[in-house]
Amino acid sequence: MNGAWLLLDLVLVPMILAAALCAVGARAQFTGIVFYIVYGLLLALAWVRLGAENVALAEAAIGAGLTGVLLLGALARLPAAAPAEPGADGSPGTALRLAAAILCAALALGLGAAVLALPEPAPGLADVAAAHLPATGLGNPVTAVLLVWRGYDTLLEVVVLLLALLGVWSLTPDPLWGGVPGPRHRTRPEGVLVFLGRVLPPAGLLVGAHVFWAGADRPGGAFQAGTILAAVWLLAIMAGLTDAPAVRGLALRLVLVGGPAVFLGVGLAGLATAGAFLGYPPDFVKPLVVLVEAALTLSIAVTLGLLVAGAPERPPR
Amino acid sequence: MTDAATLYGLCGAALVGIGLYGLIVQAPLLRKILAFNLIGSGVFLLLGAIAERAAPGRGDPVPHALIITGIVVALSATALAVALLLRLAGATGRSTLSPEPPPPAPGERNGG
Amino acid sequence: MPWVVMAVALPFAGMLLALPLGRHAHRLAWAVLPSGLAVSVLLVVQVWRGGETVAYAIGGFAPPLGIALRADGLSALLVLTTALVVCATGLFALAEFRPPSAEREARASVLFWPLLFALWGALNAAFLGGDLFNLYVALELLTLAAVPLVSLEGKPETFAAALRYLLFALLGSVLYLVGVALLYGAYGTLDIALLAGAARSEPAAWAAGALMTAGLLAKTALFPLHLWLPPAHAGAPAAASAVLSGLVVKASFYLLVRLWFDALPAVAHPEAATLLAALGTAAILFGSVLALRQERLKLAVAYSTMAQLGYLFLMFPLTGGPTEAQPWSAGAWNGGILHAISHAFAKSAMFLAAGLILEAVGHDRIAGLGGIGRALPMTVFAFGLAGLSLMGLPPSGGFIAKWLLVTTALASGQWWWAVPMLAGGLLAAGYVFRVLNPALAGADEPVALRRPVPRRRQAIPLVLALLSVLLGLLPLGPYRLLWVGRPTAAEEGLG
Repeated sequence: MNGAWLLLDLVLVPMILAAALCAVGARAQFTGIVFYIVYGLLLALAWVRLGAENVALAEAAIGAGLTGVLLLGALARLPAAAPAEPGADGSPGTALRLAAAILCAALALGLGAAVLALPEPAPGLADVAAAHLPATGLGNPVTAVLLVWRGYDTLLEVVVLLLALLGVWSLTPDPLWGGVPGPRHRTRPEGVLVFLGRVLPPAGLLVGAHVFWAGADRPGGAFQAGTILAAVWLLAIMAGLTDAPAVRGLALRLVLVGGPAVFLGVGLAGLATAGAFLGYPPDFVKPLVVLVEAALTLSIAVTLGLLVAGAPERPPR
Repeated sequence: MTDAATLYGLCGAALVGIGLYGLIVQAPLLRKILAFNLIGSGVFLLLGAIAERAAPGRGDPVPHALIITGIVVALSATALAVALLLRLAGATGRSTLSPEPPPPAPGERNGG
Repeated sequence: MPWVVMAVALPFAGMLLALPLGRHAHRLAWAVLPSGLAVSVLLVVQVWRGGETVAYAIGGFAPPLGIALRADGLSALLVLTTALVVCATGLFALAEFRPPSAEREARASVLFWPLLFALWGALNAAFLGGDLFNLYVALELLTLAAVPLVSLEGKPETFAAALRYLLFALLGSVLYLVGVALLYGAYGTLDIALLAGAARSEPAAWAAGALMTAGLLAKTALFPLHLWLPPAHAGAPAAASAVLSGLVVKASFYLLVRLWFDALPAVAHPEAATLLAALGTAAILFGSVLALRQERLKLAVAYSTMAQLGYLFLMFPLTGGPTEAQPWSAGAWNGGILHAISHAFAKSAMFLAAGLILEAVGHDRIAGLGGIGRALPMTVFAFGLAGLSLMGLPPSGGFIAKWLLVTTALASGQWWWAVPMLAGGLLAAGYVFRVLNPALAGADEPVALRRPVPRRRQAIPLVLALLSVLLGLLPLGPYRLLWVGRPTAAEEGLG
């Protein structure tokens, strides 16, 4: 068994490195991005191999999926760059490249040496977490870390996500403020995208709801579920079945701040009910976590979708 | 099992190096953004290896949660960077941070 | 009431409310600014009265599984400084970021307020956080709030500046994160206090310390990683420049201080401290000379930030030096912190003053500002007062700070660190008087104002400048606050 695993590792790790090298080194930017997406999927395999299914879901959905869509979308909308000689577009010459290569190789080697020098037996919190898990009523320790023990991290993180969207919106040209992100996608009744756009949303909603619900006890959770819902929504937009919402809508803004606001509100209520900010009264841990996750899933889905859609490009209707 | 953790840890270290090289050397901003994501995922892999070392087979849930947080933060940053790049290109026609805008090739529209 | 929690939660609540409020967002400032200031004052009182570090386990879960917030004298003082600067810039911005009409909302006036509140929350989260990974998230929050502020006015040249800033900041935080991962791998905790007890001088800790330091230096714009700072800070709207230059760069410096003095003093090496101070010295000299050569006022002020940040790094080799000549122990440590605080007030005052001048005259070319002192006396006076603190002239906070650093350098026989500090003061006098001289001289044709500036707006930079001067006149009291929970390495030195 161990031998088979090792064989997988020995194939997977070189493939990951090769995909990374191709993503950086590909001559055409498009090829580079495609290699980056392949790299993300290989990485998701590595996460499964490392027993981190929660991370594998997040990596495949966010790392490879949404990031890949973002990069491809940007490439399509950038003005085609004139093929430039090395150095003409501000890229460094050979000497600088060599110096950078030496610096980066030294960094990687130093980091590798530090990894090899990590102490044995390795310290960690797996046992502490396992001991505290029953008190939460949750079955998935990663969800317990994200929503209970280190909920403060997650609260700040959803604020990061919202803040990034505000940053993207801040780049709207003034006359278009309040308008609709992205180009209008037209429906072509016979198009494959429309077919997918009709078939996938119901399935995606089901999968998303399952991933959210399962997250309490099995791999999954608000971020993974939110990403799946966002992907389905984006697909429907790209198929022309629906349009992105105008950013001045009050309902939209309430949905965006709803998740973080519910989380912050439950956290502040914890001051009274559990004697601590972001604390939960002992018998209500799981219901409150599910409530927070439900609110977060919706906000995360909408925020992620709009992050990928970008700054408004059409005036408000 | 510890061997696997070490292998993926070293892989993460190499990814950080590869990504940093891309970030320093490549001029097109989209490539820099991609390279930044490579560094990020290298760090996550390093954390994943540390989780595997700490609890072989099941993994330490704390680093796993940190990685998920990190992936979301990296996406947020990437989205902002991409939006800035598109706005920069729209306003000036540039998609690099070179000090001088490249001379417009014949027939190419002038940056407005 | 746990004021540590409220100091973080309140600004974020303001941010979440501001977005749905849309064109009314600016009205929220009248609620968030005073209550945030009140919470900060209450936190300072709590730390002062208690006389020890206030620790708060979030959710009731103690580290290492949970996250702790900690407020010692240093954090409390920085939280208060932040509140004062944010409140002043918020009041200043009320005139600028309000809707153009009652019905319509405008992009910049809707987004400025949630961004400012988020920035405030992120700063407090950074100053109060006790967990290294949580501090990473706080740093990212800070970056994502700060970068959009740079290009908020939509000027084409600011997009490149904002993007360069973002790339440097992201590289900085990812390097910081590598170090966090290594420290967790080596010691199984992310809590600063627990790490302090566990960390030993060994390869993983060296690598972690080096990478985290490099990352934080990129975010603090220490020479030679300063390239992003001048265009970003000079291109932003004045209210944003004030918080970016006065506060945001201090957060990453503060984390560097926490890292070495609180978490890893056992790992610190004297040579590393020397290297940091050498880079700081280069920053002082290069930054000052570049500030002298700028033709535009806001750029000159931005380069001055690069120079003034350099002083902060001299505290690394100088802590632990003999302090018989001074009324307080840990002179260099106090000096570094005091410099960070007085620069926060002085620099935000300068940027707001420069913003008023730009607004009133329509340009900020230094050569075209002759006689501006007669048109905007209060603003130019505020600029001059803030300059006093930057030069390190008595009586000002900058004077006390530099005096503490220089006397420690001389008393410990490290006179060579005193030379660039004194030279930096002279150069600062150069770039401040280069603006003040023509401004105060009776020009043949005094500049014409495009529009008048109300006195109550002019008063805001003046109050900030007065605060930076008052720091030098205060009795010993406030410095005793700095002693609360002060790490032993602050007295004994690093390495």
